Amino acid sequence: MGEKNIRILMAKPGLDGHDRGIKVVSRALRDAGMEVIYMGLHQTPEQIVEAAIQEDVDALGLSILSGAHIILFPKIMELLKENRVDIIVFAGGIIPDEDVPALKNINIAEIFGPGTNTEDIVKFVKEKVAK
Amino acid sequence: MAEPDIEVLTTQLLKGDRRAAAKLITIVENDPDAVKRVISRIYKNTGKAQIVGITGPPGSGKSTLINQLASYLRQKGRTVGIIAVDASSPFGGGAFLGDRIRMKDITTDKGIFIRSMATRGCKGGIARATGDAIKILDALGYDIILVETAGAGEAEVDIMNASHTTIVITVPGLGDDIQANKAGMMEIADLFVVNKADREGADIVVYEIESMFRFTDKRGWKPPVLKTAVIEAIGISELAERIDEHFNYLKENDLIGERLKRRVEMEIANIAKEVMVRELEEIRKSEAYKKLIEEIIEKKTDPHSAADEIMMMVKARYIEK
Ligand SMILES: Nc1nc2c(ncn2[C@@H]2O[C@H](COP(=O)(O)OP(=O)(O)OP(=O)(O)O)[C@@H](O)[C@H]2O)c(=O)[nH]1
Ligand SMILES: [Mg+2]
Repeated sequence: MGEKNIRILMAKPGLDGHDRGIKVVSRALRDAGMEVIYMGLHQTPEQIVEAAIQEDVDALGLSILSGAHIILFPKIMELLKENRVDIIVFAGGIIPDEDVPALKNINIAEIFGPGTNTEDIVKFVKEKVAK
Repeated sequence: MAEPDIEVLTTQLLKGDRRAAAKLITIVENDPDAVKRVISRIYKNTGKAQIVGITGPPGSGKSTLINQLASYLRQKGRTVGIIAVDASSPFGGGAFLGDRIRMKDITTDKGIFIRSMATRGCKGGIARATGDAIKILDALGYDIILVETAGAGEAEVDIMNASHTTIVITVPGLGDDIQANKAGMMEIADLFVVNKADREGADIVVYEIESMFRFTDKRGWKPPVLKTAVIEAIGISELAERIDEHFNYLKENDLIGERLKRRVEMEIANIAKEVMVRELEEIRKSEAYKKLIEEIIEKKTDPHSAADEIMMMVKARYIEK
């Protein structure tokens, strides 16, 4: 195959209305040469997984600030599995340290807390997708 | 992409498998050598879908219109494929594909398939692979395919060639510089939509467009000018009716075949050009090419004779494949 452009789906499940963080990360990924499909706010797990299938993305970035990750992230991971969508999932936002092991346990590849350098996220995605 | 994979995916596609459609669109976007193997397997199964192009300046409401129109068409029992094109960044080639933000209502409907696509350097408002993605959704069996262009705001002839009906959207308050563009849009529009009619100035825009047509109506079809406020779903049912009316007009006047002929003519020329350019780029990396340059400098040959030789190399390379 020729050189394939990396495609990333960026989505924000849950009800909080803060999209600054996810937009900053989306732009950084775009500037690094990736094609970023931005879904916007208030997406349900079903909407996110359906979009991931249709867009045939290499990775899925989730952002959440509301604390609902404990319910929504496992739901998303479950639906991905059910639909045999094998992609890298990473997350960002406000996620307490004590929740991180549980999330990694359900195959979320990395959690980026507030103040993460976008360069680190870009590097992470590039490395993971290349594998 | 290996041959068996493509065979499996195209077989699944023809059975209506959406995941196969998604994977095949990725292949035609990324792998020029595999495109032929994909399209040649499905081409017989294309030509059933009604294809509608939607173009207009950034922010005019194309995605919102598609969201509403697709919902409406679903209520009428039709399945809808959507290809939403956005521009790639000229720096680094990345893209921010944001049309889905406006299409939330229709994301989980199994009778709708949405694919975002970056232009990847193509200028005409759609990508090189858009035409092939349309064929894939057509072969998947969707009744109607809506294509949103990247909205360069210029005359986007490519979308006109790719679709049965081209909708040009405009909005009030764009200012005078849009006038010149409107003239270019005249040639490609089968239907005009003046959106954001909930705002002031829509009637003036309608009047302006209609008056431009008073003297330029050479065709049998006079593009209607519709007012919509798609954010409130106002004008959607009439729009849907007019789209079908135009499609019927094409059918009744044997113009579908004519459009197809025009599309195929453009398409094969473009494909052949791409193949040649690709082969040429390979040859430019070769030793033989470097040697030709030396020979020209030494006056053993001249640039034109060398170009002839290069064309022979292109041919030889292609036959070898
Ligand atoms: N007032 C009003 N706003 C509208 C209407 N339709 C769309 N909008 C708003 O216009 C903005 C742009 O709408 P989009 O549907 O994203 O426009 P677009 O043409 O797809 O934009 P690009 O894809 O970026 O070129 C959004 O904020 C919409 O909510 C309308 O009928 N009235
Ligand atoms: Mg749009």
